[in-house]
Parts: sequence; structure tokens; C-alpha cells
Amino acid sequence: MKPMFTARTLMIALLALSAGPTAALAAGGAKHPKEQHWHFSGPFGTYDQNALQRGYQVYETVCSNCHGLELVAFRNLGQKGGPFYLDSCPAGVSDTVDCSNPNDNPIVKALAAKYKYQVTDGPDDTGEMFQREALPSDHVPGPYANEQLARMANNNALPPDLSLITKARAHGPDYVYNLLVGYQDAPPTVDIGPGQYYNPYFEGDMTVVMKPEYLHDGHAIEGVTVPPGGTLAMAPPLSDGIIEYGDDSPQTVEQYAKDVTEFLMWAAEPKMEARKSLGVMTIIYLIILGGILYWSYRRIWADKH
Amino acid sequence: MTTSDVSQTGDASEKGEPTRRDFIHIFAAATAAAGAGAVLWPLVHQMNPDASVLALSTKDVDLSAVPVGQAIKVMWQGKPVFIRHRTEDEITQAESVPLSALKDDVSRNANLSGQGEATDNARVTAADGQARPEWLIVVGVCTHLGCIPLGTSAGENRGEYNGWFCPCHGSHYDVAGRIRKGPAPENLPIPPVEFLSDTLVKIG
Amino acid sequence: MSHASTYTPSTGIEKWLDKRLPIIRMSADFMDFPTPKNLNYWWTFGGILAVCLVIQIVTGIVLAMHYTPHVDLAFASVEHIMRDVNYGWLMRYVHANGASMFFIAVYIHMFRGLYYGSYKEPREVVWMLGVVIFLLMMATAFMGYVLPWGQMSYWGATVITNLFSAIPVVGDSVRTLLWGGFSVDNPTLNRFFSLHYLLPFAIFGVVALHIWAFHTSGNNNPSGVEIKDVKKDAVPFHPYYTVKDGFAIVVFLILFASFVFFNPNALGHADNYIEANPLSTPAHIVPEWYFLPFYAMLRAITFDIGPIPAKLGGVITMFSSILILFVLPWLDTSKVRSMRYRPVARMWFVLFVITCVFLGWLGGKPAEGSYVLFAQIATAYYFAFFLLILPLLGLLETPKPLPRSISESVLPKTKPETSAAPGAPAAAE
Repeated sequence: MKPMFTARTLMIALLALSAGPTAALAAGGAKHPKEQHWHFSGPFGTYDQNALQRGYQVYETVCSNCHGLELVAFRNLGQKGGPFYLDSCPAGVSDTVDCSNPNDNPIVKALAAKYKYQVTDGPDDTGEMFQREALPSDHVPGPYANEQLARMANNNALPPDLSLITKARAHGPDYVYNLLVGYQDAPPTVDIGPGQYYNPYFEGDMTVVMKPEYLHDGHAIEGVTVPPGGTLAMAPPLSDGIIEYGDDSPQTVEQYAKDVTEFLMWAAEPKMEARKSLGVMTIIYLIILGGILYWSYRRIWADKH
Repeated sequence: MTTSDVSQTGDASEKGEPTRRDFIHIFAAATAAAGAGAVLWPLVHQMNPDASVLALSTKDVDLSAVPVGQAIKVMWQGKPVFIRHRTEDEITQAESVPLSALKDDVSRNANLSGQGEATDNARVTAADGQARPEWLIVVGVCTHLGCIPLGTSAGENRGEYNGWFCPCHGSHYDVAGRIRKGPAPENLPIPPVEFLSDTLVKIG
Repeated sequence: MSHASTYTPSTGIEKWLDKRLPIIRMSADFMDFPTPKNLNYWWTFGGILAVCLVIQIVTGIVLAMHYTPHVDLAFASVEHIMRDVNYGWLMRYVHANGASMFFIAVYIHMFRGLYYGSYKEPREVVWMLGVVIFLLMMATAFMGYVLPWGQMSYWGATVITNLFSAIPVVGDSVRTLLWGGFSVDNPTLNRFFSLHYLLPFAIFGVVALHIWAFHTSGNNNPSGVEIKDVKKDAVPFHPYYTVKDGFAIVVFLILFASFVFFNPNALGHADNYIEANPLSTPAHIVPEWYFLPFYAMLRAITFDIGPIPAKLGGVITMFSSILILFVLPWLDTSKVRSMRYRPVARMWFVLFVITCVFLGWLGGKPAEGSYVLFAQIATAYYFAFFLLILPLLGLLETPKPLPRSISESVLPKTKPETSAAPGAPAAAE
């Protein structure tokens, strides 16, 4: 028997080494999020500005009641690639203003000024903190002044900040979307407490809330399966028709969830479009350079091979 | 980086190896060098002011607490801004200075795009084009080398022209913030100013 | 194999400088260095690693201009880099993925050395310096991962620093010293930042020694036979290998760029986008992928070994798995360098590579059930490869005949002459 060791064998082994841990990520009893088609998927994917605007509306109307967005400043909404970026000024704006500058964008200024929460500033000359309207340079104010207040208002649960949520969960955007549309009535085998809601996509262990008659030694008895997912303190936040869209997009839970997820993906990765377009140019350049170098290499080695 | 080593092909060609003068090697080196050049831009540009620094920050100041004849110092964009509530005498004094007596006769007023003559009227013009001679608002950074001039707080040396005096290298500013004596080249700049009411002003 | 200098200063300035600081002579000699003409693409990873180091240092210096090493600000300052700093996202993604690329390259480089016997006489010092670089890289990467102050940063730092408490008698004091307090906290973050900035320059220094050392011994090559006739067996490093390395570097950069631009978070962990929270440990904490094989060995020791408790046993096992590399040149008894001529050793080597990959996979799995048993078997094989197989094989195996020279080894395949006695020393120095 002749062992066929080639460079290729080692290469495959090493690739497997780098792929190994990726496979190791999936764990836990939650249902695997169903993959969605996203406008931003793939090497040429971009954000759909209309979806981002609708998503912002969903965030502002619903999510912001409990969740902050502290890493996003209002000016970000008007930067290139953002929901309210303007190439040129709308009619009625003085022509000395450069609306592509996020700090002067009139839509962003208006959104900041009439935002549902004001910014706490100060102290003023009398030593007091005061509330004022938000400016484009301010970060989006959150619903709670501190963690203690947030927990007090939410049955001791802490609503996470959403700035990075699509990067801070495995399968990010798919997970967020599936969680939002995936609420179900609790299965009959479990008994969940008041203020808790069942969601098969939420990370958790449903064994702990199973009714005692279905348990034996802390495990489900034979013939009974532990339901996937877990329980969370967030009630199903969306329902059909609760937000009035300005365009003719369907006003359904699925559409709301899709839009707000795209908006949150943008919030987590606002430079994605710049990244991908620079990436395409970089790779094209490297392939050309590689080709030229290979040619040069063959030429130099021609007499040595 | 190693790829650019190829660019040194040129000096080795003196040894007369036949392949080295080939166009393809020069082309390869030039392409690699162009890439290295393109990489330099992000490395340099990252040091320019970032988006959060560029974001317009403004400051609202309540003027009702500043009595006539006194001045206050507020922070705006990391720099001090002097706000002087001028007396009638000070206004007359500032208005009487002929342009020929000024070292710098440009207004340096951001509300006038920095253009125009440095009359006292031009120095106190706000964004709405209206002049309010009782309020002089200037960025309190000496135009020489960036020290903070004295003269805002009571009892400080206001210099020979009754305005501000920079202790670092002895620049004297008059009561309209104009440079009159010393090494500073320009008048103290006027920031963008908008009067929201008679006693509330927005700087920036 | 230092070679005689062929540099002759031509201009007056060069002559003047050559008597005072012969830096041009040094560079010229470096470029002319006689290099075996049969080096394959596995040999390009040295140059690739040099590029990785430069990329990490340059992007790291840039990131340090914007980063704030304070527990309250670190996480936000990284996001500030990602969102506000001009090209900050590029610098940070290059730096973060650069660490993974660096380790991919270094592992390939090490396996190459292992396969072709590059650690054997007279290159023991080259190899040992390489192991020092590897250790420094691991320390640097570990501390760098703490800096963004995410959940994985914090809990990774907690778990790894707690390893030191396994040391008998002084363990707890050592751990307190590392922390600068009673848990991972602001003093820890500050010193990790300081050391993370320092260590790459130490790596740079050891890399210089590493290069100096193999410029003294000469490069090994796929045949394992030393250069006998410089004219026939070797080519000048430049332009032959600058262009070959350059091509390989560009191919490597394409892989690098595809991660940075199109999948920048694939090699990271989602939990590190959650700010560190000392009150709550994430459900599944795993180190970065490049530490997983060692992590698996750490967790494989679930039993006390005589007087050594399991915790200490795991730590000893993990550190031994790297320290054993220092004595590898004296464990391998075979006089034949390249496994190309050692068919039996080659099989064990392939099994060794598979074991390392398998350990990496196990490191990402929960330490329970059959995973633990598998990890124990794999760990046993890892050590057996160095402590039993390599020492014994050298005495027992019959290697294939060696080529008489490098130039013969690259000739089109004709029946090789059996002139070299089996097992004869390959070194011709």
C-alpha cells in the first residue's frame, strides 16, 4: 500500500481545520432560523433605501418603546448608504445648504428634533440637567435613563440595545426576523409564567417549564418531546396594520419584521456598501496583479525548470 | 512589503541577466507599486477628523446672566468662546477706530463668510445679517500660536487697547477683538452666531 | 551556508558608506543569497508571514490612535472606529481577520517544517526561534482579543488567566498579579493593551534572528539534501524567489481580502458584539479557532494523574504540547530530513495533521460525553507522535534512497540510482 501524500492532502486538511469551528457554532435547543432572502446578501448586495426608511419607522414606532439604539447617531441616518441620505436638496431648501452632508440633511434634522425622546443635557448654569430637542450630532436617545429603570419597567428583564443585534446573534438577520414573526402559543406540555411568551427561535431550555406530569428526573418522559426554543419577556411586538406606511408596501407582520431587520442590519453595519464595493475593486486588482506576477514568474524561471 | 521587492529588479539588471529587462517585470513592479500607493490613502486619511468630529455641534447660551461691562467664556467645539456685553463707551471706542489703524482689516466673521472689512459693525453681525453692537462674540484663541488671551474675567489684563491681551507672546486685541499690536496676524475669528431670542444665542 | 559577498560598491558614495555602515552590502547579499532551486509553494509561507506581521503592525498602530483602553469606553471606541473613523472599519476588519490569516499561514509553515524535517541539524536554532515566535504570537493574539471588551473578550480573559491559578503554591498570587486586582478589570485591560502593543515588536526582533539563523545554515528544501554545487543546485533569492513569493503573497491576499470585504465576521464570534458583562457568562464560550486544538487538550485531562490534580494536569498538558516542539530536533532520530523519502513516517505525519484538525474541531464542542474521550485519544496521539513515533521510526524504518543532489531530485523522473545508502546522513556540510 502506497500512501498517497500530496500537497493537496495537506491543503484539504488545513482547510478543514479552519472550517471546523464554524460547524461547532450551532448549539442549543432553539429552532434553526429559516433563511431569508435579503437585499443586502451576497458580495454585491446593497441596502434597499425604502426598506431602511420603513424599518426606521417600525423601530421608532414600536421597538424604541423598550430598546435603545445608542451606537447610532441621527446624522448616521443621513450619511451615504443610510435611510435618509440625500444626493441633492429637496425643493424649498436654501441652495447654500449641502444636503448630502448628514449634519445639514433637513430630513435628519427634523427627525432628530421631533424624536419621541429628548436628549438629557447639562448641567446648565444653575447646576441642573435639562431636556432638549435632539440634534443630528446626538446619538438616538433610549427609552430608559439606566439599566435599573429598564429592568423595573420590564419585569426585571433587560431589553438589549439593538445597535448591534444583527451581529451579536448567530445567523443575525435571519434570527431577528424569525424571532419577530415566530411567536406561537405555548405547547400544552409546558406551563409558562405570567409575562412570559413562547418563541421556538429564542435560545432557551423548555425542559424547565414543562408541566411536572411530563417530567421524570428532570427529563421529558418517553413519547413527549421538549419543545424547541424558549420563553422571553417580550410580548409579540408586531401585528398587522399597526404602522401606517407611506408607500404601498403591505402592512403585515412579515413586512414590518423584514423592514426593521434590514434597518437593524444597517444600524449594525452602516459601512457595508462601501466595504463591498472596495472589496470588489481590491479583488479585481489582486487577480490582475497575480496574473502579471505569474507571467513574470514563468518568464524568470523559464531557464531553470 | 515583499511584493515591492520586485521593483528592485532594475538595479540588478546591471548584471546583465537577459530576462530582467523584460517589459513584464517592469509592468509587475509598477502594478504592485500602484497597489501599495493606493493602500497609503486609507492609512493617511484615517488621521483626518472623523465623522463624529465633523458633526456640527452647536451651543446655546443664555445671555441674560451677563451684565453690561462683563464677559463670559463658554466652550464650543473644544475651544473657548468669549462673549462680551459691551458698554456704550466701549462700542463708541470700537466704532471710532479707522480701518487704516488695523493690522488686519478683514472681518473674519463666519456669518459674513469671513469676508468684508473689519468695521465694528461687521464684527458684531449675526447670521441674520443684523448687527447687535452690545454683544461681541469671538473665538478666544490667539491667532498667533493658539494661547488663550486674558481679559475676559474681571481684573485680568485687557491689554493696551482695552480688549484682550495674550500673555504668551504679547498680542493686544481691541474691544472688537481685532489685533492691534503684537505678533498675531489676524483678528479673533467670529463663530457662526444665531440669535434665537434677545437673550438666547446659538453658537455654531 | 553564508555565502561570500559579491557586492562591489560602484559609486563614491557607496564606497564611503560601505566602510562605515555596509547596509547596501547586506541588502545585496540578502538578495543574492543562494537558495535551493527546488523550493515548492509550501516555502512561500515564510514570506507570507512577513507580510502578515507588517500588516498587523501597521493596522494595529492605526487602531491604537483611535482606541481607548478603559472598561467603560473600550467597546464604544471600537464601534467608533467602525462607524466614524475614516476607513476605520477597514483597519479593524483587516486587523481582526489578519490575526486569523497569520495563524493559518503559521500553521502551514510549521507543518511544512515538520514534514520536510526543517528542524533537523543544523537548523535546530531556526526551529526553536520559530517556536518562540509562535508563543509570542499566541500571547499577542490572546491579549488583542481582549481589547474590544466584548463578552468573549472578557470571559476568554477570565478563563485563560484562571489557568495560572492551577500552579501549585503561587498560583493565586500569579493570577492576582496578572489581573492587577481580584478579577479581570480595568487594570487588566490596560496592561493587556500595553503588552499587545509591545509584543509584535518582540516578534519582529525574533523574526530577524530566525532569518539570520537560516541564512547561516541555508534553506532546507523538499529533498532534504543540502546544496552541493551552488551553480547547479541554487539560484539567487532575487529575482527567482522574490517573484515566486510575490505571486504566492498575492494569492494569499485574495483569500485575506475575501474575508475582510465579504465575510468579515465569519471567523469571529457573535457574542463579542455584546459588551462585556461580568455578571453573566455566555452559554457557549470558545476561544478563537486558532486556539481550539490547545483548548481541547486542556479540557481532555479530566482525571487526576497521581498527585497532580486534573486542573493542573490540563494546564501542564496544554503548555507541554507547545514546549515539546523545543526538543523536537532531539526527539526525531532519523537522519533523513524529508518525509518524501520516509514513506512510513509520512503516514504517521498525515495522521498527526488529521489529529490536530480533529482536536480543533473538538475544541469547539462542549466538553461532555464522547467528545471528552475523543479528545483524550487525540491528545494521546499528539504526544505519542513526538515521544514515541518519531524517536522509534528513525531507528526502525527503511527510508527510500536519497537523490545525490538537489539538481538530481528535480530532474524528470527516471529511475533514481541507489547510490545513497539507505539512512545515510543527508547532510553534506
